[in-house]
Order: sequence, then structure tokens, then C-alpha cells
Amino acid sequence: MERLLHDTVSLNNLSEEIALRWPEQVRVNPDLQNGLCRMECEASVLTEVCSWLFSKMGYSFASLIVEEEPAEFPLRYIFYGDLENGQVHILHRILKTKATVPSISHFVHATDWHEREAEDLFGLVFEDHPRLGDFVLHEEWPEGVNPMRIDFDASKAYVHREVNPYWRPVRIVQAPGAFMMPIGPIYSDFAESAHFLLETVGEDVIRTIPRFFYKYRGVEKIAEGRTIDQVLLLAERFSGTSAFAHSLAFCQAVEEISRVEVPPRAKALRIFLAELERLRHHVASIASICGSTALAVATSQAIILEEELLRLCCALTGHRYLFGLNTPGGVVMDFTNETLRKLVDTAQGLFKKLEELKEMLRFSSSFLDRLEEVGTVSSESAVSYGLVGPVARASGINRDLRRVLPYSGYEKVEFIIPCEQEGDGYARLRILFSEAEQSENIIRQVASSLPSGPILSPPFAVPRGAALGWAEAPKGATFHWVRTAEDGRVVRYRVTPPSFTNWHGFHLAAEDFAFQDFPIIMATFGLSNAESDR
Amino acid sequence: MSKWVLKGLQTGIKTTSYPGREELASGVSPGLPGGKKESGDEALPVISRCPTRALSQAGQQIRVDYRRCIHCFRCLRGVQGAVDWNSGYEWAASMITSDETTPKFGKVFGRSLHILFVDGGACGACLSELEQINKPFYNIHRLGFFITPTPRDSDVLLVAGPVTDHMRLPLQKAFASMPTPKRVLAVGACALSGGIFGPSFASEAGVSKSIPADIGVPGCPPPPLAIIHGLLLAVSRKPSASLTFSGSVDGRKNS
Repeated sequence: MERLLHDTVSLNNLSEEIALRWPEQVRVNPDLQNGLCRMECEASVLTEVCSWLFSKMGYSFASLIVEEEPAEFPLRYIFYGDLENGQVHILHRILKTKATVPSISHFVHATDWHEREAEDLFGLVFEDHPRLGDFVLHEEWPEGVNPMRIDFDASKAYVHREVNPYWRPVRIVQAPGAFMMPIGPIYSDFAESAHFLLETVGEDVIRTIPRFFYKYRGVEKIAEGRTIDQVLLLAERFSGTSAFAHSLAFCQAVEEISRVEVPPRAKALRIFLAELERLRHHVASIASICGSTALAVATSQAIILEEELLRLCCALTGHRYLFGLNTPGGVVMDFTNETLRKLVDTAQGLFKKLEELKEMLRFSSSFLDRLEEVGTVSSESAVSYGLVGPVARASGINRDLRRVLPYSGYEKVEFIIPCEQEGDGYARLRILFSEAEQSENIIRQVASSLPSGPILSPPFAVPRGAALGWAEAPKGATFHWVRTAEDGRVVRYRVTPPSFTNWHGFHLAAEDFAFQDFPIIMATFGLSNAESDR
Repeated sequence: MSKWVLKGLQTGIKTTSYPGREELASGVSPGLPGGKKESGDEALPVISRCPTRALSQAGQQIRVDYRRCIHCFRCLRGVQGAVDWNSGYEWAASMITSDETTPKFGKVFGRSLHILFVDGGACGACLSELEQINKPFYNIHRLGFFITPTPRDSDVLLVAGPVTDHMRLPLQKAFASMPTPKRVLAVGACALSGGIFGPSFASEAGVSKSIPADIGVPGCPPPPLAIIHGLLLAVSRKPSASLTFSGSVDGRKNS
């Protein structure tokens, strides 16, 4: 019966279905042209509506966007479904004097970290949330200081309170001989700053408690009041290894606000560059997986390919990480079709080497032993945590924004979304190889059918408005919410990067494993703290 | 496992010949703006396009503060009277004056230098470039440079990122645990000036606000060869770049 409902209700009749179920409490306002359904929901049924959308209708949770108005906090819960289901934006307003919201994370677990973040940065109270408190801001920030509030002065350093230097974490595992092994935030390698507490009884780690936001740069706060041009730099550079995807999502939000049509050639070039970035990113991820198993030759092979791709990007665009190419309205650089075809040939050569590496790895039993059945995430958990990107696709979730919410002309491109069922480290590695193959395929397709014409829309002014932009970044779905004022400056910028979503589910994979598997689980997740912390 | 040995041998040597010879391959560096000698009336529009205030006018010249440049190419692309572009990579420069009292590295460090890295909130691109210096193309081992896991054993501290509020204390602790003589390399525009992130409530205006930085490597991100140049400069195997670190973002005097 439920299955039937899921299949029969699409965005077209979703509003009728909701109006039927909650006639009094929900006001629905479908916008079928843009493939989304907006609704305003009362507190009494917020949990019910969200959990119905999530568990019965098969929608995924994208983001919780909190904004601040003189008397209210408007909260937007964004959901997205399959191609015909589009997006659902649930608006829920709460009075500033009250600042309490029902927590929906009991039913939609994917919202857990979003609620914790909003509690920390906005000072909202999520009723019945089991774990609020120090999250983004560590213990030296007193409770009650909420940097995302409008009245907080972001330009000055905040004077901390004194904290006990002998900080001790709460121990959860109570067993004879159990102890806690701290890792980070400074590592022995070029790893990112993050802290993990491994609860262990010796050799086997029972659970992992991550402590993040060491790299919190307050990107969303410092973006406020800046011009679009300046925020573009932030969008591009808060996560340097997926710069193009994030700047693309941001530009699309600005283009949506300004109702600007991007020329076809610019759209095609954006796909080309985004896939080039994905290819390079996945090669780097493969290298770090090989590195985590100490397979030196394979690591070197993959790193050589990565550097060659970096040089290729630099020779083409002037920058090794594709910085400074996207701009609202198109791209800033054009390339001759000849140049692109040559690049495709070179990339094809590199891809052949990647295939050779894949074949060699496939038959290296010592390597496979380290990856198989390590860091397994079940399909049910992946759905419940709303995981995205290669990590989700290795656990049987076949959802990719390029397919379900096509942007920049992806609907015209032919490609396969690889999907695996096992959810272990090896499945994640296979996904990376298959996606790299698809990216190479897309690059070739785009280069051979590039439309001619301008690469930039005529100059335009950004009006007052708000919009959501999205892109399938190399690590998974990213959502950028931008609100602008009359003068075109940004008043609210909210980023939901894939690493934030997936770090939330990291502890699922990091349970009951042996110590030496920890770097492998980390590498196969392939997440970035810079991207997550913002 | 003989197939891997064979594969490694087949691949041959990929390592750059820098510092022995200049690296000429394309795509090893994004380059930096070289300023402009004679700019005239076109100077102001170019300077005003710079989002990080790295460009300034000095008489008829456009000068560049390399600590701030993030290669956004706005002074190069789509503008009249674009600046000259420098395509090199030997960018590292000393950030301290000669009368500084810190003990110098003796000759013995020249080919045995131990390096610790602390991430002060880098975006990932700097990390990716740093990763490369330890890998086949750049391989710092051949130069006698080693990555070490503990501050107690390290001579050089590499710091990338603007130094976030939460990383200030770990960074200061790591620096304090290092034996003297020691050097601090600030890697990338964020580490030099805070870049586009700092100063703010969540990040500093670069490394030198928390600990004394000796050598700066400009770039966003600095290419691997620029980082290697910084390390060679730390042990006096290469001279400091002739870039101007003009003006001051942190109140210290600069060479």
C-alpha cells in the first residue's frame, strides 16, 4: 500500500495529497514550472509532514536553512526526490521571543547535525533533541553567544572564556580495560585538522567520537554584507579541491535570483570543467585509499596521474584547481574546440593508465583484504542519514543531482550513475573508478558537441531575492542558499556541503573495527574537513 | 607482488630536476601578477578590480603585495592595461629582518631537515599541493627533507590556512614543543595575510598573529615547487625571492 503511494504521488499531485491530509495546518503553494513545491507548516504537524515526506514519499533531506527577520526566524526544510518529484521547501516560522522548534531528527535523522548547528550558531532550541551544546563552537565559547545572529559583530575576534585545560571527554564504553585513544587535530602527515576519540579495549575500536569544526572559518557569517563578486571567492575557495562545483552551485543561485539565462556554450563548458574536476578529485581519492593501505607503487601511480591532471588543468585554464573560472552568467574563459579536443585526447591517455591501475588493484589480494568488509554502511543507515555522493552510491542509493535535479544542461548528457550494494570500502573504491570513467566519457561527449556562441550573459544587476543553487560536487550533493538585498549584497548565505552530510554518517562505518583499519575507513570515505567546517 | 615492482620500474623516474635545473613543464605554476612599470591612467581600474587589495599604485607603477594575491586573474583577464604576468615559482621570501635574534640553522640542517605540518584551516588545495611534495614528481626526500610526526623532532613548522580560532591553541602548543633552532613557514595567501577569510571572529590574519613566521610562500595555493623553494630558503640553499612584501598586514618589518 505504502509502496503504491510512493509510486503514484509525484510533484504534480503532491500538493493535493498534502491538502487532503493536513487541510488546516499546511498551506501549499506548488511551483511546477521550477519543479518545486513550497509550503508553510505549523509547529503542531511539522514533524509529521517531514517524516511523511521522508519515510513514505522517499524524499531526501537536503538542508535546513535558518534566517533571521526582525521578529521571527523563518526555517526552511529543503527536501528533494527523484526526477519527477522535484524539491519541497517547507517553511516554518518561529517567534524570536520563543525560539523553540520541535526537533524532527528523531524521524529524519539526516537533520540531526543541522539542528545542532542551528542551536549553536543561532541559539534556537530544538525540543527533545538528545544532544545539543558544543558543536561548531568548542567549549571556550560560552553558551548564549551565537555568531550567526545579526547583532553579532563578525569583524572582531571574540574573547574566549577560560576553560579547564584538562578537558576530558565523556566516556560511553564502560568495560574492563576500556580506554580512549585521541587522534588529532595535528597529524603526522598532511592531514586536515579534526579530532577523533576512539573508544577501545586494546586492539578493537568499539566506537568513534568525532570532534570537528577546528577549521570553522565562519564562511556563512563573513559572507553577509559582501558583494556577489566577493562571496563568489568564498564559495570557490572554502573547499579548494571541489572549487568548481561549489562556485557553480553559487552562480546558479545568483542566476536564479536575477532570472538570467546562461548561454548554451557556457553551460557546456561548465559541465566540461566540472567533470574534469571530478576526474581529478577521484584520482586523488583513489591515491589516498592506496596510500592508506601502504601500497606504495599504486599510490605513486595514482599521484602521478593526479599531478598530470593538475598540470593539464593549469595549462588549459591557468589554475591547477580551476579557480577563477565561474562567474554569475557564465564562465570567464573560452577555449577553442581544437584545444578541448586535444585535452580530451590527453585525458583519455591518462584514463587508460587509470584503467590499468584498476586492473592491477583488482587482482592484488593483500590490497583487497584491507578494503573488503571494512567500514560497511548499510543501505538503510545510508538512507536514514541521508548520505550523498560516492559514499551513498556504494551503499545502494542511486541518487545523483545531475540526474534527479538536472542543472546546466546535464539532462542532455548521456551517462550512467554507477551504484554498488555492499557499502564497504571496496565498493566505495569501485564507485570512484566507475565515476571517473563516466566523467571521462562526459568530457568526450561535451567536447565533440560544443555549441558555439557567447560564454557570458549580458551584464546584469542582482536584484533583491533568494534562491537555492545546487550541484553534484565530487564528494556529493551541495546546496547553496543565497539571499540578496536591494543593493545586490548578500544578506544570508547557507552552504550544505557533501562532507558535512557524510561526516555525520562516518561513525556508522567506524564502529567495531581494528585500529589499523581507521586510516582506511577515513580514506574510503574521502571527506574533507575544510568543506564540512566551512 | 612482483607485478608492482615491475610497474614501478617501467614507470621510470618522474621527479623534477629542480633545484638543479629549472622545471620547464607546463602547468606547474599558475603564476603571479608581476605588477606594471608604466601604467598611467589605466592603473586605477585594474587596481580596483583586485578583491584582496593586493595591488597598489606607486607613482607610475602598479605594485603587488604577494601576501594577498589569490590568483583570481581579475587584473589579467577582461581588463584594459592588464598587469604583466610572472610565470615562475621561486616565490618564497624571508619575512624577518636580519637583526632578528632567533638562532640560525647550522650547515648540518642543510640535508637533514625535519618538517611538521599543522593545518590552520586550509581549504584543501594547499593540502593537496603539500601532499605532492612528498610524492614522485617532487619528492623532497632526495633533498634531505623529511616529514615527521611530532613537534619534538621537527625543525620546520609548515602552516597553511588563516589560523582559525579553534586551531590557534594547538598551533601555539606545537610551536612551543619544537626544539630551537626552528623555523616557521607560512604556506599560502591565507597563512600570510588571512586571505579572503581573515581577520574575522573565526580566523586570524595569518600565522604571524599567533607565532612568529620566518618565511612566507605566496600563492593560492602555492605550487609544490614554490613550497620546495621555501624549504630550500629555510636552510639557505636558495636565496630569498625578490618579491616585494610591501606594506604590512601584521605590523612586523619585512625585508
